[in-house]
Amino acid sequence: MPQMCLGYPGRVIEIKGDFAKVDFGGGVIKDNILISLVDAKVGDYVIVHAGYAIQVLSEEEARKTLELWRSILESEEGEERV
Amino acid sequence: MSNLFELLKQYRDPVLARRLIDRIRALAKRLEERVLIMHVCGTHEWTITHYGIRYVLPENIEVRAGPGCPVCILPAQDIDTVIDLALEERLSVIAYGDVSRARGTMGLSLEDARSLGLDLRIVYSLQDAITIAKRESNKRFLFFGVGFDTTCPSTAYMVLKGPPSNMMFYSCYRYVPPSVGWLLELKDLEIEGFITPGHSGTVTGMEPYKKYFDRNPKPMVFSGFEPIDVLISILMILRQIVKREYKIENEYTRSVRWEGNTIAMSTALRVFKLEEGLWRGIGVIEGSAFEFKEEFSSIDARRIYGLEKPLKEDYMPSGCRCADIIIGKTVPTECPLYMQACTPQRPIGPCMVSVEGTCRIWAEHRVLSQLLRH
Repeated sequence: MPQMCLGYPGRVIEIKGDFAKVDFGGGVIKDNILISLVDAKVGDYVIVHAGYAIQVLSEEEARKTLELWRSILESEEGEERV
Repeated sequence: MSNLFELLKQYRDPVLARRLIDRIRALAKRLEERVLIMHVCGTHEWTITHYGIRYVLPENIEVRAGPGCPVCILPAQDIDTVIDLALEERLSVIAYGDVSRARGTMGLSLEDARSLGLDLRIVYSLQDAITIAKRESNKRFLFFGVGFDTTCPSTAYMVLKGPPSNMMFYSCYRYVPPSVGWLLELKDLEIEGFITPGHSGTVTGMEPYKKYFDRNPKPMVFSGFEPIDVLISILMILRQIVKREYKIENEYTRSVRWEGNTIAMSTALRVFKLEEGLWRGIGVIEGSAFEFKEEFSSIDARRIYGLEKPLKEDYMPSGCRCADIIIGKTVPTECPLYMQACTPQRPIGPCMVSVEGTCRIWAEHRVLSQLLRH
């Protein structure tokens, strides 16, 4: 994880008051992440920047973007073959 | 159990990347003319360089880095001010790692000032700074706030919560949207489209960009930071250019919303107001500096000590091309100091200091031969 300070997705595993414990995957877990500037609950994925969660990530949107572009690519590649 | 990490791996899928690159190439052929795309985020530069995206783009498509690094645009005069103030008033300075290595106008960094007796503490977050100040209640601390809209709200939140009484702040926080407005007005560099910053945009939202877009419509795509995100964003920009229909679009829908993170932004604006601010290498940009509101004078080091905010043209070391690199007029390999006198171990210009700086990212990836295409 070369750019921890630049914004990295992680999963909230515990919330205590203003702060959360966040699992960034690959065995990296950080405590003391300010969580009060987003509406997050345990289990949510958040983007963490300079020690605070800046947003809750939408898994559904992450899936939809991939699906959308795969279907656009399929139809455009199909046109080319005709 | 659902797992976003698994899903994000698909955003690094080489097969999908290849298909997107083929589409980009097909569109580039139809365009013929050169297209210069700018991004304004150090993390985007990292993704583009790390995954070698420039090497797979067609001849006529170039992606260049703009002002996306808070330490790079931090006025050298502010570094001087903080060092002088701390030494004179015997304050302990708390800063983020990168900031401590950035040099002031006399070539002196916070790190260097340690040998003059400066008590400097490096932290990852403001929470760590508060812990230090509470633990050492006999000392007075100055928190050097450097960052963009992505960093500023957490400071505002902690200020509202009531920081320790032995702690004050020196704010050099900057608001990104007006800098993109400034780039859109730039006459001697024709930028055809913007990869707009995904994390800054996550906080500010897309809405603040609308007034700049309305004045100078150019494709703008808010982009995520995985290689597939960047490729999709380049494709989205090229599709807009081919159709000649310019829009503000969002590729990073999993994080960026039109209105942004309203909790974070409203928290920031309860504590700070937006005023004119100096960006190193650029100049003064209207409404781009987060300044403490008057009611927070008691923790605002500028007010407490009557310090002037720098608004005059800033200093760059001689030979250093950072001023042009910051605004994307040139690239690190065109700078005579790059990897000669200026290296990550001994940085001279601000773009080599910060891990978000273009020179530093290129240096760490051993980019030695990338040429300006246009």
